[in-house]
Amino acid sequence: MYNSFQGDNFMNTDQNIGPTAEQVLYANILNKGMLIGLGLLLVTFAIYISGILPPYVPVEKLSDYWQLNVHDYLEQLGIPCGWGWLHLLGYGDYLDFIGIAVLAGVSIVCYISIIPAFLKAGDTIYVVLVVLEVIVLVAAATGLIAGGHH
Amino acid sequence: MRRFLLSRAVILTSTVLLLAGTVFASGTVEGVGEAVAASSGGGHAWWFWPVVLFFVTFVMGIIAVLGGVGGGVLFVPIVSGFFPFHLDFVRGAGLLVALAGALAAGPGLLRSGLASLRLAIPVGLIASTCAIFGAMIGLALPTNVVQLCLGCTILGICLLMLTAKKSTVPDVPEADKLSSILKIYGVYREESTGETINWKIHRTPLGLLLFIGIGIMAGMFGLGAGWANVPVLNLLMGAPLKISVATSKFLLSITDTSAAWIYLNQGCVIPMMVAPSLVGIMLGSFVGVRVLKVVKPTFIRWMVIGILAFAGIKALLKGLGIG
Repeated sequence: MYNSFQGDNFMNTDQNIGPTAEQVLYANILNKGMLIGLGLLLVTFAIYISGILPPYVPVEKLSDYWQLNVHDYLEQLGIPCGWGWLHLLGYGDYLDFIGIAVLAGVSIVCYISIIPAFLKAGDTIYVVLVVLEVIVLVAAATGLIAGGHH
Repeated sequence: MRRFLLSRAVILTSTVLLLAGTVFASGTVEGVGEAVAASSGGGHAWWFWPVVLFFVTFVMGIIAVLGGVGGGVLFVPIVSGFFPFHLDFVRGAGLLVALAGALAAGPGLLRSGLASLRLAIPVGLIASTCAIFGAMIGLALPTNVVQLCLGCTILGICLLMLTAKKSTVPDVPEADKLSSILKIYGVYREESTGETINWKIHRTPLGLLLFIGIGIMAGMFGLGAGWANVPVLNLLMGAPLKISVATSKFLLSITDTSAAWIYLNQGCVIPMMVAPSLVGIMLGSFVGVRVLKVVKPTFIRWMVIGILAFAGIKALLKGLGIG
């Protein structure tokens, strides 16, 4: 049903209408990851606003801080940068970060999953491009590349 | 007829709600003045702004679908211009809004074969790398400078929307060497005509070069970059319009991922802003898609341009310390 770019054998014919096998694989993982991430975000947000878990920043105080720039916001509230939020998962507001991290991380998983398909097809250029993309996204996610504050 | 009237009613209500929401938000912020600036809740209950944000993003979701723009491009200028949130958090939320929209649409677009993974991979590598640098620049620059640049960019987008043409199936006499090496070509069936369309692209090096700028702007302002992706893919590189639109939407899931991580790692994410915005814009998009099936609202495009121009001027004035 699906095509695959097999080296130089790919031709534009009617038989090639439709997505490639790696494209479908990517789509399936993206779909699952998106649903999981969104579901987690909604559930954790419900936990947050229902007060089941106490928030790190009290909701009634939040409006005093969201007008500050991020540097002052973090400094005044003593919030850690990077993956420091993992230590705050016991708080309702930081529990939400799980869903956000899944949404922001699903593309990395998708990219990794299509590497074998490109390897099998002998598509060296795309293997290199996909590996480079994974490196870029992982570097951004891990905080190896970080922005400066005002 | 009934459905037509219903869709018109939804569009009209959306417009009124969005305008009312932004003017209300603006009026509350400016009206309460310094007191609001000092304790930006403006005397409201803690849930006030998140609820207003939910309704405004819901309407944004409807209008974004009808106007053929991404949610991010409406979100950042409107929310930064008329809500009490700092631009740092608005950009973080804007990126996540654009990312969630792209993630939701991506699987369907890839499975239908309209989004091309082979086209998106090289373009995405450049755009996502540059989006990281854009995010770093945006977070390092003073807020008023970013706000000023954002205003100029939004007004530039209005100009682009007013002047840019579209080509359903651009004439590409010959694929260039780079796109041939990368095997960026494909076939799709145009459902409206039943025609099978073989497509290829040209001017790939120049197109890739332009994605450096697109990536930087996406990261710097937290905007989705569909407004820039589509003209480059369609008009410059010669991809058919449907392939360009679908690939652009999917591409945002890659570009915005890298920038979103920078904002997330820098602490620019407040769940109380992100969750209502995501839910609002997604619910609005569902309604927008239903309305879109019934009516072809060309005037919505003019309305979007008007709203963007208004928000762009507001951002410009804020950047200059006037607004």
